Amino acid sequence: MARKKRSMPGINATSTADIAFMLLIFFLTTTSMNTDRGLARRLPPPPDPNVKQQDNIIVKERNVLQVRINKDNQLMVGSEYMDVMQLRAKAKEFVANPNNEDNLPEKHVKNIPLLGGECMVTENHVISVTNDVGTSYQAYIDVQNELVAAYNELRNEKANEAFGKDYAECSEDEQKAVRDFYPQKISEAEPKKYGGK
Amino acid sequence: MGKFNKTGKKGMPELNTSSLPDLIFTMLFFFMIVTTMREVTMKVQFKAPQATELEKLEKKSLVTFIYMGKPTQELQAKMGAETRIQLNDRFADVSEVQDYIYQERENMKEEDQPFMQVSLKVDKDTKMGIVTDVKQALRQSYALNINYSAAQRQ
Repeated sequence: MARKKRSMPGINATSTADIAFMLLIFFLTTTSMNTDRGLARRLPPPPDPNVKQQDNIIVKERNVLQVRINKDNQLMVGSEYMDVMQLRAKAKEFVANPNNEDNLPEKHVKNIPLLGGECMVTENHVISVTNDVGTSYQAYIDVQNELVAAYNELRNEKANEAFGKDYAECSEDEQKAVRDFYPQKISEAEPKKYGGK
Repeated sequence: MGKFNKTGKKGMPELNTSSLPDLIFTMLFFFMIVTTMREVTMKVQFKAPQATELEKLEKKSLVTFIYMGKPTQELQAKMGAETRIQLNDRFADVSEVQDYIYQERENMKEEDQPFMQVSLKVDKDTKMGIVTDVKQALRQSYALNINYSAAQRQ
């Protein structure tokens, strides 16, 4: 029996390994594993030249957090000098306004059914980031990153409080409710020059 | 006993390699799936800035890339060490960004056009001046969804 089986003609498959190897090496060399990741942003639409620039959009001073970066990558938040490490806490305090203080953004009533109806939301707040021509890109990304981190942390806290799980684990509707509670408002102002020539 | 002696005479038993192609194919399929072909040759040095709060770029077909950085070592003799913008395979000026975006948008499927995303691959040592110029150009061409490409901070 055994002898009979051995005599069965089979397709010579020894070279499939070589062919597969060649393909493998091709894909190995062309591959770039690093998936593209980054900070997503939405730019404001361009100013309409037909409409006259009107400055009647008055934003109350308490609703704006000015973040300025000068050419030496130094940070000014509001009116004080600050390190990047402190920015996150500052931004969180600004957006959440936990103690309802007068110098932090005012709260409005907003109806978010999933979070139990009427909520007090600081929906008019704006974080305005301004940079100098000479600011380095890394410093700019650092600031953007800290601001996004602040929002992410706040949303996570809210999601944990309301739904008992992380923001990322929430359902689409729950995420939207949390987003409504903490809308991300980072404005990139028109470029200006700060901090000397 | 006799049996063993017989085989011993034949010499070393051969290693069974019949499953080797399958192994290789598995690896091949893995790399085929994760691979993304780079269509452009890099003419600028690009080292991504580091950040922690990253989002993935979802659909590759919706994304247009703009590279910014210093020209590579070989090209520096010709182009100088100033930060340049690279669109597709060539260097470009800020004024060309708008046309490039329009062109890329034309090439996209019509239903995809509103979801166009621009990924800014900017070297971390770049000064913001040129980045701001490009951003203004993007605003003018209504490419408002942008993504600052960055690497995960360890």
